[in-house]
Amino acid sequence: MNYLPYAVAAWLFLVGLYGVISSRNLVHLIICVGVIQSSSYVLLLAIGYRTGATAPIFVDVPVGTPAVDAVVQALMLTDVVVEVTVVALLLALAIQVHKRHGTLNPDELRKLKG
Amino acid sequence: MIALQAFILLFVAAAGTAVVFTRDPTSQAIVVSFYGLLLGIMFFVFQAPDVALSQIVVGAIALPLMIMLALARVRKQSRKHQR
Amino acid sequence: MTRRIRQKFFLFSAAALALCFVWGYRDLPPFGQVTSIYADKVNAITVPQRHITDAVTAVNFDIRGFDTLGEEFILFTSVMGVVLLMRRTKDEPAGDHEDKVQGRNVPPVSDAVRVTTLLLIAPTILFGWYIVAHGQVTPGGGFQGGVILSSAALLLYLCGTYPKFRGAAAPRLIEIAEAVGAAGYIIVGGACVALGGMFLENLLPLGKTGTLTSGGTVPFINLAVGLEVSAGFVLILLVYLEELMEEKES
Repeated sequence: MNYLPYAVAAWLFLVGLYGVISSRNLVHLIICVGVIQSSSYVLLLAIGYRTGATAPIFVDVPVGTPAVDAVVQALMLTDVVVEVTVVALLLALAIQVHKRHGTLNPDELRKLKG
Repeated sequence: MIALQAFILLFVAAAGTAVVFTRDPTSQAIVVSFYGLLLGIMFFVFQAPDVALSQIVVGAIALPLMIMLALARVRKQSRKHQR
Repeated sequence: MTRRIRQKFFLFSAAALALCFVWGYRDLPPFGQVTSIYADKVNAITVPQRHITDAVTAVNFDIRGFDTLGEEFILFTSVMGVVLLMRRTKDEPAGDHEDKVQGRNVPPVSDAVRVTTLLLIAPTILFGWYIVAHGQVTPGGGFQGGVILSSAALLLYLCGTYPKFRGAAAPRLIEIAEAVGAAGYIIVGGACVALGGMFLENLLPLGKTGTLTSGGTVPFINLAVGLEVSAGFVLILLVYLEELMEEKES
């Protein structure tokens, strides 16, 4: 249990990378890039967690109760929303590629020139 | 609490593997929606409510929606290519 | 190289990468022990010094507001990229009506869907603005509330047809709203410079802890970010749906 979150983060990274290199469809590839990104969320969350602590919101608990790391959560928060917009951009690129070459298979795209 | 955290971590790892090994993008959109919801629950279990709010709205709704729209557009373009 | 060779090579390099992960993880503290002094300091000072009860929003918009400015502009730039990539070029017809699959029965939108989505639009907008406004008190903020607001636009599309959706959410208006939201952040920072401080320094009166007006410049930044994120997502939705309007109306 001590190192399980780190192992899960590494596993998600490797599985996502395998999906990227062995993909037969550009949309599947883009979603696997999203899986790689979520591995970084697991790692950041694991770094900031303190056992037995509560969320860093001090509306109902007095200041001074042990709380988890708020800086790491702030990093993840903007990243989650921005990632989806970047995925939208990548999907728009994939649509343009399909319009020009008629296929979404990366192997076939390598053979087309010009 | 420790058992819940370990269980949800293993579940997230299994769901991530399922996302990668679903080859058809249309069914992968549904699996990604489930994966996003599961990540949101994991953030909640790890005492991060702000991030869980973001992740549930974005990862379970906006992301699969965009994947489906992109796939519909690609399908329409391929029909045009065939003619 | 063929697919087989590529996969075997990947397995070999993935094993090497996994070894690097293990080597790197040995120096991290075990799970559950935070060794960061910065985190403890941030948790200790947000309420007394900044009058904000949500530490994550305080870090995002007040203590490290400049980083969030960069992230928001990543979002702005990718939305701009999507709009640029999906615009109709001059040699494409504006929607060809022969593009229907023969024999495919597209069912009309059912009445249950229309009634439910119509009834849900107003509560969703209200809830979205509630999350945006309460960013400095409870979990929430500009980013989350902005995405909820954009899902209200999606509900609008689901309960009507695409021309009605496009009429209600005119692209020109959404683009202006997004630009206003993005510029609002810089204007708030510039106002701080005009008041005699540094860029994005919190110089407004901090207010009472736990109310909507606490935190100085944070409510304004929250509103600007909420406007920009919601307008950006609605713009992406509009651009993606533009080519599909014939399929919906068949």
